[in-house]
Amino acid sequence: MTTLPRTARLTEPRPVRWAILAIALGFVALFLVVPLAAVFAQAFAKGFEAYRAAIVEPDAVAALKLTLLAAAVAVPLNVIFGLAAGWALGKFQFRGRHFLLTLIDLPFAVSPVISGLVFVLLFGRRGWLGPWIIDHGFQIVFAVPGIILATIFVSFPFVAREVIPIMEAIGTEEEEAARVLGAGGFQLFFRVTLPNIKWGLLYGVILANARAMGEFGAVSVVSGHIRGLTNTLPLHVEILYNEYNAQAAFAVASLLGCLAIVTLILKTVVESRVQRSARPAVHTAVEAMSWESKSAV
Amino acid sequence: MTMRAQRRVLPGFGLTMGITVLYLSLVVLIPLATLPARTMTMSWAEFRNTITDPRVVASYRLSLGASFAAAAVNAIFGALVAWVLARYTFPGRRIVDALIDLPFALPTAVAGIVLTTLYAPTGWLGAPLEKYGIAVAFTPLGVAVALIFIGLPFVVRTLQPVIEDLDPELEEAATSLGASRAGVLFRIILPNLFPAWLTGFALAFARAVGEYGSVVFISGNMPMRTEISPLLIVTKLEQYDYAGATAIALVMLVMSFVLLLAINGLQSWARRRVAP
Repeated sequence: MTTLPRTARLTEPRPVRWAILAIALGFVALFLVVPLAAVFAQAFAKGFEAYRAAIVEPDAVAALKLTLLAAAVAVPLNVIFGLAAGWALGKFQFRGRHFLLTLIDLPFAVSPVISGLVFVLLFGRRGWLGPWIIDHGFQIVFAVPGIILATIFVSFPFVAREVIPIMEAIGTEEEEAARVLGAGGFQLFFRVTLPNIKWGLLYGVILANARAMGEFGAVSVVSGHIRGLTNTLPLHVEILYNEYNAQAAFAVASLLGCLAIVTLILKTVVESRVQRSARPAVHTAVEAMSWESKSAV
Repeated sequence: MTMRAQRRVLPGFGLTMGITVLYLSLVVLIPLATLPARTMTMSWAEFRNTITDPRVVASYRLSLGASFAAAAVNAIFGALVAWVLARYTFPGRRIVDALIDLPFALPTAVAGIVLTTLYAPTGWLGAPLEKYGIAVAFTPLGVAVALIFIGLPFVVRTLQPVIEDLDPELEEAATSLGASRAGVLFRIILPNLFPAWLTGFALAFARAVGEYGSVVFISGNMPMRTEISPLLIVTKLEQYDYAGATAIALVMLVMSFVLLLAINGLQSWARRRVAP
């Protein structure tokens, strides 16, 4: 960011500046600040006791547990994938690399509803593998495994999307030097590569986690909405809201609101570290669909 | 050459590539491939009748129309926000900057219920608008409002770095040659921002077309009037009409790919313009 001394003629006249600032901030207030504030205002509309009751209610606790479980499975798996993809695509050049990058971005381009639908088509009672799986006593769709699968799908690209450009920008010299000095593969990775990419990796984890915990459309399609069993927090919010229990819905929603605020704070802190450690280059369009565009040149 | 040299020095290409391709196939490619594969089992007439059903066509019109309107509003106001964040200093600038990503971080279901509550006829914003005869919740306008919320960061985050990187010397040179501020804006700044601006618009539009969670609450879901295409997919699934759901999903998937190609094209155009 460049802050340069500007002569008066190099910026807009003062009244114009004030007008632009007022319109921009007014728009942000109307579309971002007011909705966020309203979540908390509605959550406490009937006092603290009602708020507490809505959150400690067994179905809400079950939903919270399932949300944490789905994220706890999806995020680590996507981290392993992201690191593998980062190594293969960030440190090596090969034919079809660009195509592979585009494929990794696919889940960003697909409607959440379609992300859920494909798992119903595969594992549903009338799906391709569904009858076979159900005959063997398993259930994927309308059960916890389906929710986890849908969560993995929607949070799939975030870590890879962050790690690949950073590995690419850092290059291979340090690893090559370590290799020449006799480091083994895993030693190389944990001692040389990981310290270099840790902020970018953390950034990807924050984004993946927010998406994993907050996903609604995809999870809604595969869940079957069984209270206390296959409801995540966002689905629980929907059920309460549709039962005209708005206060309880907003109380549970405020937990997700807190998640959003924590995510934004962590993201802002980590983002400045990422920019200091490496400035990754842009390679494909959908990169901007992950929240990367800011650090892209 | 470089590829060979690297491959000999650094280990693990085979292993990591294997994990990447396997995981990508299992989690993304095979599931997505079921969509076109499933559509193949329908007859052409059945497929055509599903996707040209008046109710379905009305949903495309709403999804595309509201997404376009929302992206257009974001293109204007998002550009002002990006300009303010990149060029002005004011108290709380960092907080506003962080807040821009709220639509990414806030689960869409939460956005959906809070916007519905705000714009309902009894809500904080709905009640005053009601006095002027403007209904937002449960109308196509409400759909657009939700999509404005969802799309805002795309425009801001695409434009902001480009504005930050604009070379001030260009503006200085134009000014010293006698150009007015308006002249600089229209002859220098806007032409330089145009590719990124169009990209931001397209990204916001693409995201809005597939959006579900934030819209289903505020739209009211009246057939032919406020029913978006993703909702129709869900409706068909709930009726166990897998074929119908798949057909509509395939149409939407094709739309996303067309948009994706357009965005890719726009970005390489933008890069060619920026790079000397």
